[in-house]
Amino acid sequence: MAKYDQELDATGLNCPLPILRAKKALASLGSGQVLRVVATDPGSVKDFDAFAKQTGNELLESGEEGGKFTFFIKKA
Amino acid sequence: MSAKKLALIATKGTLDWAYPPLILGSTAAALGYDVQIFFTFYGLQILKKNMNLKVSALGNPGMPMPMGMDKWFPNLGVALPGMESMMTVMMKAKMKAKGVASVEELRSLCQEADVKMIACQMTVDLFDMKPSEFISGVEFGGAATFMEFAGQSDVNLFI
Repeated sequence: MAKYDQELDATGLNCPLPILRAKKALASLGSGQVLRVVATDPGSVKDFDAFAKQTGNELLESGEEGGKFTFFIKKA
Repeated sequence: MSAKKLALIATKGTLDWAYPPLILGSTAAALGYDVQIFFTFYGLQILKKNMNLKVSALGNPGMPMPMGMDKWFPNLGVALPGMESMMTVMMKAKMKAKGVASVEELRSLCQEADVKMIACQMTVDLFDMKPSEFISGVEFGGAATFMEFAGQSDVNLFI
């Protein structure tokens, strides 16, 4: 399990809220810091991948357990 | 590298049709796009301080309805007084249960992300709307105003 600096609970939220909340949370972090996002929206798996590709923030790790999707995003 | 640009035209004023421009606008802004949305005709309802948008099954035969209502109230049935309000209440409840943002929330997120919202001056005049009816930050302009931005945009959508 990767280390992280901040955590965002996006469970129960649907598109596009997990992405928008993550964007906001990342704004408060410094370059190189890591945000952990937990979501339940199955669409968020592809969306966080696309978010990372388009914003330059790195998706370090992602996983699923018991219907919860976890993402570790390193701020560019 | 300059930011990518997204230009949207929002023409519809029902609750369901308010979602695509607001979702795409707020998300594109989060991805680093410069976004402008041009609201014209019924799309102007999305800029009103008091939105009060409704869903309508009229002219929308593919719309799934709860409790088999589409069988009980085909065509003429959905035109009954009060039906639209009832369906709107049901739709909003369903959206809330599924964690879908409200249109008010998405619109606020667009504003926070500096999505530029332009009200079509011609249709504002046509419908005798007043600038005071709209949320703050709305700009007024015409087709040429939209085209100036749209002409340099990477993505243009008519909704």
